[in-house]
Amino acid sequence: MAATPTTQNLPTVTAYELKLAWPLGAFFIVFFLAPLVLLFIVSLYTDTTMTHFGLTQYAKFLLDPFSLKVLGATLWLGVEVTALCLLLGFPLAYVYLRVPGWAQSVLILIVLLPLLTSVVVRTFAWIVILGRQGIINTALLELGLIDSPLRLLYTEGGVIVALAQVQMPLMVLPLITALTRIDPNLADASAALGAGAWRTFWKVTLPLTLPGVIAGCLLTYAAALSAFITQTLVGGGQMLFMPMYLYQQASTLNNWPFAAAISFIFLVAVFAVITVFNMLGKISQGYANA
Amino acid sequence: MKLGRRNDLDAVSFHLVMGVLALACIVILIAPTLVVLIVSFTSGFSLKFPPPGYSLRWYAALLDSWQLHFAAMNSFKIALWTTAISIVLGVAAALGIARSKTMTAKVLDSLFMSPLVLPALAFGLSALMLFSVVGLPVSPLTLVIGHTIVCVPYVIRTSVAALSQLDPVLLESSASLGASRLYSFRRITLPLIRPGILAGGFIAFMSSFDNVPVSLFLRDARTDMLPIRMWQDLEGKLDVTIAAVSGVLIVFTVAMMILMERIAGLSRRLR
Repeated sequence: MAATPTTQNLPTVTAYELKLAWPLGAFFIVFFLAPLVLLFIVSLYTDTTMTHFGLTQYAKFLLDPFSLKVLGATLWLGVEVTALCLLLGFPLAYVYLRVPGWAQSVLILIVLLPLLTSVVVRTFAWIVILGRQGIINTALLELGLIDSPLRLLYTEGGVIVALAQVQMPLMVLPLITALTRIDPNLADASAALGAGAWRTFWKVTLPLTLPGVIAGCLLTYAAALSAFITQTLVGGGQMLFMPMYLYQQASTLNNWPFAAAISFIFLVAVFAVITVFNMLGKISQGYANA
Repeated sequence: MKLGRRNDLDAVSFHLVMGVLALACIVILIAPTLVVLIVSFTSGFSLKFPPPGYSLRWYAALLDSWQLHFAAMNSFKIALWTTAISIVLGVAAALGIARSKTMTAKVLDSLFMSPLVLPALAFGLSALMLFSVVGLPVSPLTLVIGHTIVCVPYVIRTSVAALSQLDPVLLESSASLGASRLYSFRRITLPLIRPGILAGGFIAFMSSFDNVPVSLFLRDARTDMLPIRMWQDLEGKLDVTIAAVSGVLIVFTVAMMILMERIAGLSRRLR
C-alpha cells in the first residue's frame, strides 16, 4: 500500500485525476439528466391532471397533420438556414486566409460580433431592416422599383436571412480552422498539374475541409432549429415552429404532458440529425486524411 | 495561349464569385448592428430608416425606465453568479477530462457539451418540471442553476483547448524540482490556461446575460430578465426605447470584445 502510490504517482504529475470532473458530473446528473428523464415521464401521462399513463400524447402529435407540419417546417427551416450560411460563410472563410494580418483581425471581429451581441438586439435589427418603413422598402420606393412597400417581415425568407446572420459565426469559425489546416502546397500542386481554380476548389479544397463543413453545419442547424426569439419576432404569428409550439402548450395552455411530448419528439429529431452529422463527420475525416 | 486564356477566365470567375459572396456575407454580418445604432439616435417616434433627424431623446428616455433598469440589474446579477459557478465547476471538470483518454472522460465530455446542441427551450421546460416536483419555487437560484447548465460548456471548451496546448514537460520539471502538485498548478498550469478560462468565462457571461429559452420557464415577475423584457416589449409594440437599449448593449459588447481580445486573445480561443 505504501510503496505503490509513489510508482503510480510519478507519471501522473502531468495529468489531473478524472475525479475533478465529478462535481460538474453530479450537477449535470441532477439538473440536466434528471429533468430530461422527468420530461419523458410527464410526456407519458394521458391527461393534463396527470393521473393515467399512456401513449396518447405521442399519438396525438404523430397522427395530427398540423403538428407534423410544424415539425417538418422546423426541420426544413434548419436546412435552408444552414445552406445559406454555408453558401456565404465558406467564401468568407476562404477570403479570410488570403488577406493580410490586419484585415484578418478586423474580419474575425466582424464574425465574432454577432456571436456575442444579444439575440434580441440582432433580431430587432432585422425588424428595422425588413419593416414597412425599413431600409429595403425605403430604398426600393425611392428608386421607383416598387409602388407600395413589400411585405418582407413575417415571411419565411425574412426568417431565413435573419437566422443566417444570427448563426453565421457558428459556420465560419470551424471553416476557418479547417481551411487553416490545409497544406497550401496542395493547391499549388493542383495548379501546376493544370487544374483551374474551380477544379482545384471542388477537387482539393472542398474535400479537405469537409470535417469543418460538417462541424459548422451541425452547429448552425441545431442553433437555427431552437432560435425561438428570431423565429417568433421575424416570423410573426403566422409561422409556427417547434419552440413556439412547445411554449404555447406549456405556458399559455398549461398542457404539460403534451408540451413534454412535443419537447421529447423535438429532442429526438435534433438528436437524430446530430447523429447523422457525426457519422458523416467520421467518414469525411477518413476522406480528408486519406 | 488559348489554354492560358481559359485558365485566366477560370481564375477570374472563381475569385469574383468568392469575393462577391464573401462581401455579401460581411454586409449581412455588419449591417444590422449599424442600422440599430443609427436608428437609436432618431428624433422621431418610429423605426423609420433613415431617421427623419437625430437626437439623444431615446437614450434620455432610457434613464427613466425603471422596468428596464430592474430587468438589466437582474440579468447582470444572474450572469455574474452563473459565470462564477461555471468557472469553478467547469475548470475543474476540464482539468479532469482534458488529458484523460478513458471512456468515462469521453462520455462526460459529450454530456457536458450536449446543452450546446439540444434545444434549450425543451431543457428549460424540463428544469421547471423538476423544480416543481421537488417543491423549489422559481427564484434567482433556479435561474442560476439553469443558466449554468447551458453556459458551462463554453468554459470547458476553451479550458480544454488551453490545457491541450500546455507542455507536460513544464509540469514534469516542476515536480522533479520538488514542487507539490498544488504549487505546480498555482504557479504553472493556472497562469498558462488563464487566457482560456477568461475567454470561456466571458462567453458564458454574455450567453447567460442574453439567455431567453431557459429564463422563460425559470423566472417570475420578481426576476424579470432584460432579454425577455425586450422581447415582450417588441412583441407588443415596436418601441424605439428598445433601439436605445440595443445601442447601449452593442457599445458594451464591442468594448468588452476588444478588451478580451487584448487580454485573452478571444478570437484564437473560439476556433
